[in-house]
Amino acid sequence: MELGVFSFGDVQRAKDGSLGPTSESVTNLLEAIRLADKVGLDVFGIGEHHTEYFPASSPSTLIAAAAATTKNIKLTSAVTVLSTDDPVRVYQQFAIADIISGGRVEIIAGRGSSTESFPLFGYDLRDYDELYAEKLDLLLKINASKDGKVKWEGKFRPALDNVEIVPRPKEKMNIWLATGGNPESSIRAARLGLPITYAIIGGHASRFAPLVELYHEAARQYKTPNADVRVAIATPGFIAEDAKDAKDTFWKSWGWAMTTLGKVRGFAAPTRDHYDAESNRDGALFAGSPEEIAERILELHKRIGHTRHIFQMDTGQLPHDKFLKSIELLGTKVAPIVRAALEAEKKKEEKVKNAKI
Amino acid sequence: MPKSKLGIIGSGRLGTAIARQSSKAGYEVRIANSRGPESLGLMLSVLLPGVIAGTVGGVIEQSDIIVLAIPLNQYKTLKPELFAAKVVIDAMNYWPPTEGAIKEFMNEEVTSSEYIQHYLKGAHVVKTLNHIAYNELEEHNLPAGDPKRRAMVLAGDDKEAKTVVSELIDAIGFDPVDLGELKNGKKFQPDTSLFNARYVANDL
Repeated sequence: MELGVFSFGDVQRAKDGSLGPTSESVTNLLEAIRLADKVGLDVFGIGEHHTEYFPASSPSTLIAAAAATTKNIKLTSAVTVLSTDDPVRVYQQFAIADIISGGRVEIIAGRGSSTESFPLFGYDLRDYDELYAEKLDLLLKINASKDGKVKWEGKFRPALDNVEIVPRPKEKMNIWLATGGNPESSIRAARLGLPITYAIIGGHASRFAPLVELYHEAARQYKTPNADVRVAIATPGFIAEDAKDAKDTFWKSWGWAMTTLGKVRGFAAPTRDHYDAESNRDGALFAGSPEEIAERILELHKRIGHTRHIFQMDTGQLPHDKFLKSIELLGTKVAPIVRAALEAEKKKEEKVKNAKI
Repeated sequence: MPKSKLGIIGSGRLGTAIARQSSKAGYEVRIANSRGPESLGLMLSVLLPGVIAGTVGGVIEQSDIIVLAIPLNQYKTLKPELFAAKVVIDAMNYWPPTEGAIKEFMNEEVTSSEYIQHYLKGAHVVKTLNHIAYNELEEHNLPAGDPKRRAMVLAGDDKEAKTVVSELIDAIGFDPVDLGELKNGKKFQPDTSLFNARYVANDL
């Protein structure tokens, strides 16, 4: 099980409650990634957004910088809003970062649930589906090209007639698809032979089990050559030594984030009852003590069989020191429990298998 | 009395959640999307056994209640002549932050559902199922009489249409609360206190 963190580069809040500088979020994020690498986490993701709250507008730039200062951790976008970017540019930027990192860079492509990049880059939201399908097709073609040359034609960008797209990493980059639960997305990922990341932001986490089943069934039916069938889960999450402290702290920042988002998107703010229901047991919010979070990851793993779980911790202007502590606890306390439990599980299964033989 | 036949246009998160819950409640459910029925086979077999795939036209023709669960910015793909005399649930929202601004819906005097009613002349439009998160349809449903049972508000100009829609809401585990004429849909659009909020009927 790979464990990790993802962030939209949330800014800090100043003492008077106003939003802190966007520049600070960049340096904070790089510090967080270095720490995640140091404490042995497997992956760090950066989600493209273009707002004063989430200024991580160019994940590939941050990833390139992080690539140069980390050793082992995989670095990924989470997500790249592919629909409003140029796949050629996305490929070039991530390829360079991948080479800097020595092959640790991945791309998670998504349609984007936040849609501020559409007006920003001059795209029409009515083309939401079509843009994504076309740009994904091009990105995958570039990544799959053996000699670096690409021949491609589409509707939203000029055709490429055997154009060389460089530089080329030593190996193909891992490209994942992200989905917030639209069934078609699970089928799409399976059809394209791509691993999938489910973003679960509310409700019961295990409600995604049928979608995971759909993804696997689609993979069985499509039999796409060289398919990389893997399931990752991305949820909000926050860890502190003490469970109550973790839940109270995360309520403050998550609740604030959802209230703010609610104002922008016009929905009612969540209540503490709602939060308590979702930050326990099968809820989507993984806030708690290391032991509790480890147990909940394992519980969800039984239902979904995911092999990667990444947590969005710094949502809603969580103070940076608490973010760092949470990363540390995920690496030093949660991860060992999860790994040991899964290892024991594996041994038990092998024993049963051998006994049968 | 046999339950009405339900047709859902849109196979995204909301459309499939409504399909699953209404099918479980005993409705004969059909579903269609813009990509055609062949795009739905695999999904239905795994997620929605018992639900029938069809073309948009076919599903509308064979159903008594039609649920519109597509992004509002795609509304012009609906052919108005197919909807004559049908009960139509408008579960869509005019939601510029997620789907972009749409010129014809920018008039604040007219709600999005009134505009859809005007567009689908002859249909009996009821606005509902638009103000709840799709996953909550499957997580907050409770049997009738439970004091915690969540309310689902609706608005429409046709009494009979509202009766069959209220039956559906009740059948899938929520208390229908009629807020009156279609124009009252403005009380539970995005940017209102009822949008995405959790109430029981008595609170309303």
